[in-house]
Amino acid sequence: MKRVFVHEEWCLGCHLCEYNCAFANSGVNDMVKALKGKPVTPRIHVEDDGKIHYAVSCRHCENPLCTKGCISGALTKGDDGVVTIDHEKCVGCLSCMLLCPYGCITTDEKDVVLKCELCVKNGRGTPACVEGCPNRAIVYEEVEA
Amino acid sequence: MKRYVIIGNGPAAVSAVDGIRSVDSDGSITVISKEEHAAYFRPLISYYLEGKSKAENIFCRPDDFYQKNHCEIILGEAVAINTNQKTVSVSNGESVPYDSLCICSGSSPFVPPMSGLDTVDKKFTFLTIDDSFAIENAVDENSRVLIIGAGLIGLKCAEGLRDRVADVTVCDLAPRVLSSILDDGCAAIVQKHLEDCGIHFSLANTAERFEGNTAVMKDGSSVDFDVLVLALGVRPNTGFFKEAGGACNRAILVDNCMKTSLDDIYAAGDCVEQEDITFGGKRIMALLPNANIGGYTAGVNMAGGEAEFDNALPMNSIGFWGLHIMTAGTYANDGNARMIEEKSDKGIKRFFIRDNRLIGYIIIGEVKSAGIYTNLVRNRTDLTDIDLNLLIKNPNLLPFGEIYRRKTLRGVV
Repeated sequence: MKRVFVHEEWCLGCHLCEYNCAFANSGVNDMVKALKGKPVTPRIHVEDDGKIHYAVSCRHCENPLCTKGCISGALTKGDDGVVTIDHEKCVGCLSCMLLCPYGCITTDEKDVVLKCELCVKNGRGTPACVEGCPNRAIVYEEVEA
Repeated sequence: MKRYVIIGNGPAAVSAVDGIRSVDSDGSITVISKEEHAAYFRPLISYYLEGKSKAENIFCRPDDFYQKNHCEIILGEAVAINTNQKTVSVSNGESVPYDSLCICSGSSPFVPPMSGLDTVDKKFTFLTIDDSFAIENAVDENSRVLIIGAGLIGLKCAEGLRDRVADVTVCDLAPRVLSSILDDGCAAIVQKHLEDCGIHFSLANTAERFEGNTAVMKDGSSVDFDVLVLALGVRPNTGFFKEAGGACNRAILVDNCMKTSLDDIYAAGDCVEQEDITFGGKRIMALLPNANIGGYTAGVNMAGGEAEFDNALPMNSIGFWGLHIMTAGTYANDGNARMIEEKSDKGIKRFFIRDNRLIGYIIIGEVKSAGIYTNLVRNRTDLTDIDLNLLIKNPNLLPFGEIYRRKTLRGVV
């Protein structure tokens, strides 16, 4: 399967991936309308100590712990390998956050659990973080396990 | 063709089915189920009461799971194991032969003898979805509910019921809430939040006897109620295993392959005691991830494959009306561990360190990315080269170095 990978040496620390992610998953057609004056709650985040910066999003693990700890069956790994969340089932217990070794599960301002689903649900072919990365620090490719 | 039998039908049991089928697609699988439901996520019973989970959405697997995996379901309770004949006797009279057996029998509510309990009209335990349905039918907006037990089960029941009833009072002999997972200071924060949310407490106090719908408390006071919920804890269902000569402590003892002391018998889920990597001994860790991983591990080994579950640890993520609590590992402040505390306006974090390794933590409030801490505990990571102070303030991957990040962010994990 194709996954999102990050090359930290090329990351500019511009945080555009965060905005593109939040916009892509907003369900709104206009980026300004989607984000201006609203809480921006992306499923990818940039970690930064001033010198080093890189983006982190769901690794779509071969053997995910989040799905094993999910108390509601909301988190599942599909036959395509993508780990997705069913918000109809999620009760917001955050067991996934307790288990994810990489800090890839987040919540929005209403405490709704969010995670990268590789833009499979919003109708895009390529994840928005990848498409909008100005220095190709975030790529979408097949890598052997 | 190998005959697999699974006693129980919860998350550990269906994970055992997955484990068996990952190795053996031909053998027959018989599941002995006490409840008349397909395997469901037990923690959802409180979310059902709260209206956050629909009854049709609580199941662990798709509807066609048992059919697809060629499982036969027997409705009944396992009452005995005959290890010579290799059969399981079921309460419905059937005798089920096995080549390989997995015990996923879970636990049952513990109700101590209480004087006058038989005079209480509406009393319930809270462990099954049928308990939820029964409580739902018993309460209305005028009900005063008394919950005995301020542990995980009692408090989740309180949360589930608050908006359906007039009053919820929780009592417990312990002086603090969630006494099995929180220390004093942290428990006080949670109790205050729950009180702010409308739950009443009577701690270091419990019902000594009942006179109809009145509980006479240890301190001499009395509490009138309409509905009583008994949430005093659970006991693993191990009787039939013990009688067959199997090794038990408080629960069925298993090794890292989920094998019991008896030949061809495995066990997983809430009925087992296994090695806790943070404790240096075996413990009951009745938690969903452990049930899933343990059940799968058992299934693989039953079918002749090789699997180990060698990094089990206790952990909890529980929330009440927006306040999140996470705990992992061991955090007895017994002098063998050093505690580091981080307080902020968002909450409190307590980390317990022994032999330069994080052995456990408690977080209330600021739980973001706590899995990074859990991973340190699970992997028994040496903290020598890790800036723990940085991590305590802000859990991220920066302190782990570039090599680790290249592996995890540029490789498949």
